[in-house]
Amino acid sequence: MSTKIQFKNVSRHFGEGADRFVALQNLDLDIEDGEFVTVVGPSGCGKSTAMNIAAGLLDTSSGEALVDGEEVNGPGPERGMIFQQYALFPWLSVRKNVEFGLKIQGLPKEERKKISDRYLELVGLTDFADALPKTLSGGMKQRCAIARAYAVNPKILLMDEPFGALDALTRVNMQDQLLDTWSRERRTIMFITHDVDEAVYMANRVIVMASRPGRLKEIIPVNLPYPRTEDIRLSPEFAEIRNRVWHAVYHQ
Amino acid sequence: MTEQVLQPVAEVRPKTQFRIAELYRKSQGLLLNLLALFLGLGFWTLVTRAGVVGLPGPVGVAERFVELASSGQLFVDIGSSLSRVLTGFLLGVSVAVPIGFLMGWYKTARSLIEPYVQFFRMVPPLAVIPLAIVTMGIDETPKIFVIFLAAFLSSVVATYQGVISVDKTLVSAARVLGAGDARIFLSVIVPASVPFILVGFRIGLGASWATVVAAELIAAQSGLGFRMQQAQLYYELDTIFVSLITIGFLGLVMDRLVQAAEQRLTTWQERV
Repeated sequence: MSTKIQFKNVSRHFGEGADRFVALQNLDLDIEDGEFVTVVGPSGCGKSTAMNIAAGLLDTSSGEALVDGEEVNGPGPERGMIFQQYALFPWLSVRKNVEFGLKIQGLPKEERKKISDRYLELVGLTDFADALPKTLSGGMKQRCAIARAYAVNPKILLMDEPFGALDALTRVNMQDQLLDTWSRERRTIMFITHDVDEAVYMANRVIVMASRPGRLKEIIPVNLPYPRTEDIRLSPEFAEIRNRVWHAVYHQ
Repeated sequence: MTEQVLQPVAEVRPKTQFRIAELYRKSQGLLLNLLALFLGLGFWTLVTRAGVVGLPGPVGVAERFVELASSGQLFVDIGSSLSRVLTGFLLGVSVAVPIGFLMGWYKTARSLIEPYVQFFRMVPPLAVIPLAIVTMGIDETPKIFVIFLAAFLSSVVATYQGVISVDKTLVSAARVLGAGDARIFLSVIVPASVPFILVGFRIGLGASWATVVAAELIAAQSGLGFRMQQAQLYYELDTIFVSLITIGFLGLVMDRLVQAAEQRLTTWQERV
């Protein structure tokens, strides 16, 4: 396995003087190709800051973030991003949302359609291709956003609390679907969540962060096989890892 | 998947039942509207018949309306008022929208332009009429200019508001999908600000209409406002009534047209 995302002693602060706020301090972290890494921690622990730096939406104050050994310099289609609030373009149909990135790349219409068909099918939205986002439920909106991110064929998916706005049942459903999608089209995923259960269920490694200043606290490996199932979720091994993560998050 | 059960709302409801209920709801509102209209007319008739006020009644006004309409006078007046409004309004919004975008998109432009916009917003366009007449003469130019001002000021603020309230996550989403600044502007900022711009148009059109009538009261040779001014001189109260009702009615029609366009262009919006 090769290293896909690398944070090398990355720090980021906002403001100056008395307003200076250290959002992230000396983060060293390697994420390997094809990994599913979840990041948990209290608010203000710098998890979103780290993700935005990897996405190229934020600069580092010091240190560097590398993707495939190259320093990150602005956003790029090889790093897809999923937002908690879906961020679908409300005036575009589901299909046109999925094709947005492809249109930027200048792909001809037939090709765009072929790709959007494939990913709409992958997330189970084929029947809703012409619907406007406002007619979709929260889970469907997020699936559309996942299809949109996948469509430009990124090597990395950065997910910032993607299921945070969903109800508990839909959430569990979406977790299984995302893992299913991921197992069929493997990408390196960095996934932020507040939910310890979700963090353990999805990941092969859980990154626990601490706040004030935002920093890495502990990396907890999840040695449970994929595909993850309900049996795994209810197993004693799962509970044990979950306890470890819980302690790392809540007893800082 | 449990979620697949969710269909777009319209498909789930039994269609015919939905339509009847809808029709009933709509016609009920309409009936009440008509009732209110008749009650109003009745009240007007009563008050004038009883001689409480020295005003013409609905019948007299209707007769005058037919007279003015058949002589063509009314349509000439409507035509000249409308053409002033439309010219001023179109000029106003076609300058306002680009400037609004400029102000929303570039901080420098915002800081340069905003003080002027905010200042002139506080000056009612009508207050500019005396100056406009002195500097521009008494032909069409000063009237169109004040309407331009009215339409411009409301649309520029709305457009600018629209741009700065675009959801930043949408911009980030477009950026990570590979969009550059130009693409973000055209594919995200512009469509996202359309609802704001249309609200600005609606307010702007209302302001233009209010302004034209007042401008014609002061200096004009035709138009609905001018007609009222003339009627005032000859104590033709019924003509004043015809003009007032026409002004209100046309204003309402224009507002509804913009509203309909707004509904059509922003079907994608989630309405509460």
